[in-house]
Amino acid sequence: MKSLMALFAGVLFGVGLGLAGMTQPAVVLGFLDVGGAWDPRLLFVMAGAVSTTAIGYRLVWRARRPRYETSFDVPSMQHIDTRLLIGAAVFGIGWGIAGYCPGPALASLAGGVGSVWLLVAMMALGWWLASRWPMRFNQKSSTRGDGRATT
Amino acid sequence: MHPWVLSLLGGVLIGLAAVWLMATLGRIAGISGIASGVLTGVRDWHWRAAFVAGLVISPLCLWLVRGDSGLGAPQVAWPWMALAGLLVGIGTRLGSGCTSGHGVCGIARLSPRSFVATVAFMVLGMGTVALIRHWIGGLPA
Repeated sequence: MKSLMALFAGVLFGVGLGLAGMTQPAVVLGFLDVGGAWDPRLLFVMAGAVSTTAIGYRLVWRARRPRYETSFDVPSMQHIDTRLLIGAAVFGIGWGIAGYCPGPALASLAGGVGSVWLLVAMMALGWWLASRWPMRFNQKSSTRGDGRATT
Repeated sequence: MHPWVLSLLGGVLIGLAAVWLMATLGRIAGISGIASGVLTGVRDWHWRAAFVAGLVISPLCLWLVRGDSGLGAPQVAWPWMALAGLLVGIGTRLGSGCTSGHGVCGIARLSPRSFVATVAFMVLGMGTVALIRHWIGGLPA
């Protein structure tokens, strides 16, 4: 049942990405191109997604626990550290090069385009490499977090 | 429908998916965290794999309903796709999140970490596009 719930969430998420134009790298790069012919669509996607999630989460959290789990699993880390900043910066550069973030990249696999498969394979390699990254260059996050916070 | 309205609607569906995952499994809909967990074989990989499978088949569902998968063509040559994929992979794992986990779920939770991460990857993404398109005049094929 848990997998069925997650499958539905994945489909809904992907359909949302597709309707929003986020599985078209041209649209994403158009949003990032603030100095050129700027395409504001991603702003509307974010507005719709963040407001829905913000309201929905607060309604959901009124329950004692989620429907099929014993507790809500929400990241508790609060501090801003170098690991977070370096990671976000590296991600931003990669995002700016091709216009694919992880969700749209995975959803685009179905298109059967070879270079998209290559991008996803390299993304997976990056995940694996980063999971082997020495945690000690930021002691605080390694002692509090489990290294695979799901945010 | 105007593309902006469609984007707003798409965003609402993304939000509903995130709320659905929280209501049923109590988890954040962070794609990089969920998908990388499948790869590293964490104990609860079943639901993660199902979520990724749903994401992968979603263009097919969209195509069945609308006759349009919504997928667009890559904009850069394959060596750049490879480099971009590697940077996105390393960056999202080091930074504990991507556009979905930090940008949508994190901001909705009013997490300061997610807010800072989102600003950082947006600014760097914009800077990268400016550099590529307006300073060096596009990437070599």
